[in-house]
Amino acid sequence: MAVVTYREALNRALREEMERDDSVFLIGEEVGEYDGAYKVSKDLLDQFGEWRVRDTPIAENGFAGLGVGAAMAGLRPVVEFMTWNFALLAYDAIVNSAAKMLFMSGGQYNIPIVFRGPGGAALQLSAQHSQVPDPWYANIPGLKVCAPATPADALGLLKSAIRDADPVVFIEGELLYNVKGEVPDGEHLVPIGLADVKRVGDDVTIVAHSKMVQVALAAAEKLATDYEIEAEIVDLRSLRPLDTDTVITSVRKTNRAVVVQEGWPIAGIGAQVVDDIQREAFDDLDAPVARVSGLDVPMHYARPIEKMIVPSLDHVVNAVKHVCYLD
Amino acid sequence: MEQEVSQQEAQQERRVADRDRPDVDLSAYGRELLHEMLWSMLLSRRFEEKCAEAYQMGRIGGFCHLYIGQEAVAVGAIRALRSDDYVFTAYRDHAQAIVRGITPRAVMAELFGRVDGCSGGAGGSMHMFGADVNFMGGHGIVGTHLPLAAGVGYAIRYRGGDQVVLCFFGDSVVNGGPFHEAFNMVAKWGLPVVYIVENNAYGMGTATDRVASVEQLVTRGHAYEEMHSERVDGQDVIAMYDAVTRAADRARDELRPTFLEAVTYRYLGHSMSDPAHGTYRTKEEVQRERQNDPIATLCDRLISQDLLSQEEYDRLDKAAIAASEDAAEFAENSPAPDASAIYENVYRDEYLGGLDRRDAWR
Ligand SMILES: Cc1ncc(C[n+]2csc(CCOP(=O)(O)OP(=O)(O)O)c2C)c(N)n1
Ligand SMILES: [Mg+2]
Repeated sequence: MAVVTYREALNRALREEMERDDSVFLIGEEVGEYDGAYKVSKDLLDQFGEWRVRDTPIAENGFAGLGVGAAMAGLRPVVEFMTWNFALLAYDAIVNSAAKMLFMSGGQYNIPIVFRGPGGAALQLSAQHSQVPDPWYANIPGLKVCAPATPADALGLLKSAIRDADPVVFIEGELLYNVKGEVPDGEHLVPIGLADVKRVGDDVTIVAHSKMVQVALAAAEKLATDYEIEAEIVDLRSLRPLDTDTVITSVRKTNRAVVVQEGWPIAGIGAQVVDDIQREAFDDLDAPVARVSGLDVPMHYARPIEKMIVPSLDHVVNAVKHVCYLD
Repeated sequence: MEQEVSQQEAQQERRVADRDRPDVDLSAYGRELLHEMLWSMLLSRRFEEKCAEAYQMGRIGGFCHLYIGQEAVAVGAIRALRSDDYVFTAYRDHAQAIVRGITPRAVMAELFGRVDGCSGGAGGSMHMFGADVNFMGGHGIVGTHLPLAAGVGYAIRYRGGDQVVLCFFGDSVVNGGPFHEAFNMVAKWGLPVVYIVENNAYGMGTATDRVASVEQLVTRGHAYEEMHSERVDGQDVIAMYDAVTRAADRARDELRPTFLEAVTYRYLGHSMSDPAHGTYRTKEEVQRERQNDPIATLCDRLISQDLLSQEEYDRLDKAAIAASEDAAEFAENSPAPDASAIYENVYRDEYLGGLDRRDAWR
């Protein structure tokens, strides 16, 4: 076990997969000479050369579509978006082409591609640079969606995504790149579509993914110390397919649930999780399920307001107290 | 108003002026190729006449865009390719699919939404695919497939191959972003792609010269320095064949992409739900363009050069009609997909994730 950052884990995943399979290549803005806008692709250009680490013009629709075409011809592209906000210009390539090709060709052309980059709010990047893209992609049949919270999951899921036969949307946390964690030394693969219990507890289930797992973990410590509540934290890790079984198993044990997501509430990932809980564990619940989401507004620039919009430790603690009838 | 009319006339003249056909000796192409091209055009034409009939009888649904009038573009271009080259096109794709080698039966069954369709009945008119002949679709979003074709070009160079990608699209595409994004990458990275804009003068009901800020679409290609750009008479199958032969050589030998503007015309409405003429173009205009029919002109040239007899022509035409009838009969007898096909091909791997849980009672 080594302790590495989330960024280093992603870099390792790319390097290992590119070494293993010479049909894997990386393409995107600044991925080569600049080492990636967030340095995820550090030193890869030197090792693999420009056909496998390709700096592109700022043309998201164009290079994402190019990736889809290369996948049709049998390559395994990893398309990096500088952030997911810019991938809105490539939504057509991802949704209309990548997600539909296998289906509309009657099974003739699968698209083994990964679209990856950071999503969510960072610090004071305001309205256009802070969005959470999760439900925009989780809604689409034909796509798989991953959103890892830890370095080990970032490594194992990205490797699985690259090996997958279908298009995978891989949403990294813009504020997670410097988070450190233990990562296994040998080959490490995390299956897509499998949630993970990140903390065991009997009193309440907190469902979260990506950056919100870190928030939930911190909230759980406070809940244990201040209120003697032991929270179980289910990290979804993948948003499509969604691992409902792990969520339901936990809720059946704790009888209470709080579902946390960074993005906007309406039609968010949490809404789907709550639907699954009410349908399959209604009789196990001792309280209505609570949701914690980002506030339903574009992101403000002013720091105090930004802090109010993004879910925090206190918001999660309050929601847990609410479902435990402690407020 | 008067100015508008004269502008339209000027546009007409420009289009016609492009069609001065040099009286070249066609024997150099060989009877076999010439007859093959004539056959392909006839087959496309007769096949689509059958499509129109089947559409009217309710056998074909959805959007159905016919290619009648434009056959020389697909036939001349695709005949100039090797069998390991790749072809992309938009939703007006029946002729391209057949010319590339998907059987008329499989194309018609696809139109009918049947299991023997070339996309298993999942795609329909706009989404013909044939992996065994490198026919990569059949794309329904205007402009979306130009970057995809660039990607296949990228894969060819990545592996050091010498294949070529041919990508057809409509004239409305030159005004949108994906056109320029794809052209820029293909030109800069030397990808072996031949782009052909089928300038049939209209995007649905909008005359191209009402929305494009260039008089000739080929001009758009000149902005990309490594790209060779050229205007071709798209009603002359020989001119198309020559231009694409040169373009394919240029791509293979010099790693230089090409942009061809094929000047052509669609005789029928934009899709089966539109009349051939009406608010946006006149009956007279359509009749005038029909005088320049790509099949009839090739036929005349071949007959006058003793490269085709009337009997041979009649035989080919009869065979084309028979093949179209056969395709329709085959499609009629092919079953619709079973309900079990609903979740097929959404993923190559197993479809995971609560399918039978979220809507279990229906
Ligand atoms: C992005 C997008 N916008 C609009 C449409 C609807 N639409 C389908 S075909 C068409 C006209 C396209 O004309 P052109 O590119 O000239 O091709 P043609 O139909 O003449 O072959 C339009 C507007 C679409 N399919 N995709
Ligand atoms: Mg047009």
